[in-house]
Amino acid sequence: MSLVNLHQVHKYYGDNHVLKGIDLDIKAGEVVSIIGKSGSGKSTLLRCINGLEQYQEGGITVDGKEVTTEDIQVRRLALSVGMIFQNFNLFPHMTVGENVMLAPTIVLKKSKAEAETTARAMLEKVGLAEKFDSFPEKLSGGQQQRVAIARALAMSPKVLLCDEITSALDPELVGEVLKVLEQLAKEGITLVLVTHEMNFARDVGSRVVFMHQGKVWEQGDPKTILSNPQTDELKQFMGAVL
Amino acid sequence: MIEFSNYDILRNLLFATQWTILLSLAAFIGGTTVALTLTAMRLTRNPVMQRIVKIYVELFQGTPLLMQMFLCFFGLSMLGYEISAWGAAILSLTFFTSAFLVEIWRGCIDTLPKGQWEASRCLGLSFLQTLRHIILPQAIRVATAPTVGFSVQVIKGTALASVIGFVELTKVGTMLNNATFEPFKIFTLVALIYFMLCYPLSLYSKHLEKKFNVSR
Repeated sequence: MSLVNLHQVHKYYGDNHVLKGIDLDIKAGEVVSIIGKSGSGKSTLLRCINGLEQYQEGGITVDGKEVTTEDIQVRRLALSVGMIFQNFNLFPHMTVGENVMLAPTIVLKKSKAEAETTARAMLEKVGLAEKFDSFPEKLSGGQQQRVAIARALAMSPKVLLCDEITSALDPELVGEVLKVLEQLAKEGITLVLVTHEMNFARDVGSRVVFMHQGKVWEQGDPKTILSNPQTDELKQFMGAVL
Repeated sequence: MIEFSNYDILRNLLFATQWTILLSLAAFIGGTTVALTLTAMRLTRNPVMQRIVKIYVELFQGTPLLMQMFLCFFGLSMLGYEISAWGAAILSLTFFTSAFLVEIWRGCIDTLPKGQWEASRCLGLSFLQTLRHIILPQAIRVATAPTVGFSVQVIKGTALASVIGFVELTKVGTMLNNATFEPFKIFTLVALIYFMLCYPLSLYSKHLEKKFNVSR
C-alpha cells in the first residue's frame, strides 16, 4: 500500500512549467533519493508533497489523504509528514529542548512532562542528549541539523522529507548527519530525500529517482541505476557529480 | 508688566514639560496599540485588510502632521464634534505614530527568515501559534531599538500641538517670550529641555541596537 502517491502532478511558477506530470509511488519503509541538476524540480516536488507549494494539476495523497495548501489540510498533513530543511530553520530564541518540545505541546497537546520525555529520547537518538539546554547558535551546523531531525521525529511522522539537508554543512560535518539518517532508515522510517550524496543514495537508499527538466527521467534500484544508467542525461549527470 | 526672574521662567517651562511628557506617552501608547492592530491586519493574508493598512500608512505618512492636527481640531469641530486641543493632539499624534510604527515593525518581521514560517507550518502550528511562539518573540527583540528610537520623533512631534493651542513646553515658551522679549534665552532653554528628554532615549536605543547585534 502506498504511503505517498503522486499522480500526473503539474506545477507552474507563472509561465515557468516546473513539474511536468510527475508520477511517483512511495511505499512505507522505502528510502527514496531524488537526484538531478539544480532547476530540475527536485525541491519543488518535495515542497508540493508537504503542502508548502501549490500544484496546479494532478493529485498528491499522503497516507490516503489528499494534499492541498489549505491551512487546515497542511496542519493535518504535518502530523504524518516531517520536513528537514537545508538551513535547519531551528527557532533561535528557544533552547534545543524547547525546539523539540514546542510542536508536541501546542499541536499534539501533550503535557510538558510527556513532551520532555519524548524530546530527550529523540535527542538521545541523534546523539545530542547533553545539548538539551543549549541554544542553537552554540551548536555546529551538523549538530543543528541533527536537532532539526529530532524536532521532526518528535511528531512521530510517517514519512520524513529531507531537502538537501547536508548541502549547507562543512564537509567534515556531513558524515554525522548521514549516520543519523542511516540509523533511521534501518529502523524502517520512510525517507524521501533530495540529495547530492551519491554514496548514501547507493548504500542506504532503496530507490533512486533521477529528475530532469521537471520529469521523472529514470528511476530504479540504486545499485543498478547508478552503475548502469540507461539515459544519456543520467550518464551525463553521473559524470558531472563523480 | 510682570517681571519674570530666571527662576520663574525655568519653573514655568518645567511645569509645561510635564504636559509634553504626558502627551508623548499618550500618543505613544495610542500609537503602539493601533500599530499592533494594523500589524495583525497586515499579517493576515487577507488582501482587503492589507489594502486598508497600506492606504492608512500612505495617508498619514504622506501628509504633514500639522495638517492632520488642524483637520482633527478644526475639521472635527466644523463637523459638529466638539474636541479639545488635548484630544485633537492625542488623536493626530496616534495616527502619525502608528503609521510609522507599523512600517518599522513590518521591516522587523520581514527580516526574519521565511524558513521560520515554513518550519512552523511543517510542524503543524497554526498561523496564530506561529505568530505567538515563533515570530513575535523574535520580532520584538529586533523591533525594540528602532521603536525606542522613533519615540524621539513623537516627543518632537508634540511641539506642533502648541499651534492648536495645547499648552505644553513649546506653547509656554512662546508665551514667556511674548511677556519677556528674550527669545534667545527662552528658546534655548526650551530646546535644551527637549534635548534632555530625547537624548537619553537615543542613547538607550543605540545601546539596545548594540546589545542585539552582539547577541545575534
